[in-house]
Amino acid sequence: MNAPVATTAPPPSSTSGSLLSKLEIDVRMLGMLAALAVIWLGFDLLSGGVFLTPRNLWNLSVQTASVAIMATGMVLVIVTRNIDLSVGAILGVTGMIIGVAQVQWLPAYLGLEHWLTAPLAVLLAIAVGGAIGLFQGWLIAYLGIPSFIVTLGGLLVWRGAAWWVTTGQTVAPMDTRFKAFGGGVEGALGATATWVIAAIACGLIIIGLGLSRRRRLRFGFPVRPGWADAVIAFVACGAVLAAATIANSYPMPMGTARAWAEARGITWPEGGLFIPQGVALPVLIAVIVGLVMTFIATRRRFGRYVFAIGGNPEAAELSGINTRWTLMKVFGLMGLLCGISACISTARLNAATNAAGTLDELYVIASAVIGGTSLAGGIGTIAGAMLGALVMQSLQSGMVLLGVDTPLQNIVVGAVLVLAVWVDGLYRRRIK
Amino acid sequence: MHNNGTTPLVEMRNISIAFGGIKAVDDVSIDLRPGEVVGLLGHNGAGKSTLIKILSGAYKPDAGEIYVNGQHADISTPRDAKKFGIETIYQTLALADNIDAAGNIFLGREVLTPYGTLDDATMESETRKVMARLNPHFRRFKEPVKALSGGQRQSVAIARAIYFNARVLIMDEPTAALGPAETQQVADLVLQLKKEGIGIFLISHDIHDVFGLADRVSVMKNGKLVGSAKVQDVTQDEVLGMIILGKCPPSATPGPGAS
Repeated sequence: MNAPVATTAPPPSSTSGSLLSKLEIDVRMLGMLAALAVIWLGFDLLSGGVFLTPRNLWNLSVQTASVAIMATGMVLVIVTRNIDLSVGAILGVTGMIIGVAQVQWLPAYLGLEHWLTAPLAVLLAIAVGGAIGLFQGWLIAYLGIPSFIVTLGGLLVWRGAAWWVTTGQTVAPMDTRFKAFGGGVEGALGATATWVIAAIACGLIIIGLGLSRRRRLRFGFPVRPGWADAVIAFVACGAVLAAATIANSYPMPMGTARAWAEARGITWPEGGLFIPQGVALPVLIAVIVGLVMTFIATRRRFGRYVFAIGGNPEAAELSGINTRWTLMKVFGLMGLLCGISACISTARLNAATNAAGTLDELYVIASAVIGGTSLAGGIGTIAGAMLGALVMQSLQSGMVLLGVDTPLQNIVVGAVLVLAVWVDGLYRRRIK
Repeated sequence: MHNNGTTPLVEMRNISIAFGGIKAVDDVSIDLRPGEVVGLLGHNGAGKSTLIKILSGAYKPDAGEIYVNGQHADISTPRDAKKFGIETIYQTLALADNIDAAGNIFLGREVLTPYGTLDDATMESETRKVMARLNPHFRRFKEPVKALSGGQRQSVAIARAIYFNARVLIMDEPTAALGPAETQQVADLVLQLKKEGIGIFLISHDIHDVFGLADRVSVMKNGKLVGSAKVQDVTQDEVLGMIILGKCPPSATPGPGAS
């Protein structure tokens, strides 16, 4: 290969172009944030200022966590041109198994309220969910059964299995430490931890931006102007600190706070105490899952293969990618995330019921699709899907606040889903 | 001529493959020497692409053997073929439309950082180098290849094949979707790669394409080899006769498919 190699000097970074292109911000994502802002402000006006209170936003974040976690996996499933209709049922059966495990099996060996109960239950949930996912993935990838059929069957099978675990009986209550996964008093991290987490997040944002800039400069690639990086850092850190402030503005209810203070030997003053809840554990877990999944999807070889398979399955095969194993892993990952969500749902309810997660598959798929995942495959982002979950949950909570009847809630959510996909299609066609 | 003396770079011996009872390739033997361009001709459906997909690892033959540098080579996946330095530019280009140029060029052979993450910066840098050679005006490194023109997409597919020091290059209808200027570019590239000692299989149904570039031609019809000939020993009409009628002229070496 001794052909004349042209000079590889980078093209001068374009001086023209809009502000958005300079910031290299995804316009779709911006549109979704705008839609979310409209929904939030609209509900706030209609509800007389109840929607945008720390209390409601805190609850909203906790309610979103379970579906948001599963939506991150659904993105990868849909990107590979598949679907998973069984996530709600996997959540159900996994929740039942860990419920029985911590109420009946583990206490037999460890005794009640042992510190190991919660971690073992979580590991069990991840293992069971992952195993179910891998098994379904094997049926899809190696036996060539369409994912729609395998997971439609799975929906019935695992929902039925959830019933069989205790022949339909609800299992309660959960281990005290395990309940932290559901948020609530046990799962609120408090003000100090919240500020520490926020500070770490801001530090990572700045370091990450700096590293990526230095790397591009070293290779002589065009970079964003410095002020653009500064704006992005400012906005991202601002969002993190704002979220932390809101979480810390929501105090524990008076009775709980009193019990909390007395347990720590703090004297209860006359006017009560303002003890901030801080960020809830399930929300922190969802954020971490989102970051890890984004890392897997964009920085790891596995993620590259997932997108390549979605873009052109034949090309992926011809490139030497083991497409079957990759596909099986995608479904395994989906099942594993269902296991994590099962912990959150079960802990939040403080009970394992065989109906847990019913219809979740539809919310999860809708979140991914509203978040810009293309059902034709190859396109989708983790952050978009999580934002999609937040949009769905905002609609639902907002309507509950306004006292809208349940049937009407479903009508609105369904209509919004169809509308969102239509608008997204229009946008995509226009930019092509 | 380098037909005598050197070991063939690639030799496919008595290859057969059937799909549902229909013999797509039937007892075909072809070979390729370093720095040689062999044109593989035949109608659509003659079995050219199928034969070549066996060499590139996409299909596993029912019978027959492949030798690389005289050594028996077991090629059952595309990864195996690449290990032997056999690279393919498919007629469909086989690009993942939703991924950028660097992602496609390194697909399945990603450069990783010491932490096991994708080293996108290195891959982009290498892509800029190889594309500068193939298509100096190429600038759209960050866009999914879906957004590129036909010629640019072709450049990406070629870059993917030659970047990893191919020794055997298979080009399946490389100019089918290109304009005259781009076709000339591909022809120049073929001659340049030939000079570097790379062996090239050029698959086409258009004999004019092949006559200008190939040293030898092999003609297939209905899955069988009609015959092979040095380009200077046969006329275009004789080759047309081989393609259409399966008639092997006296100056060519007849295969099992000659009538």
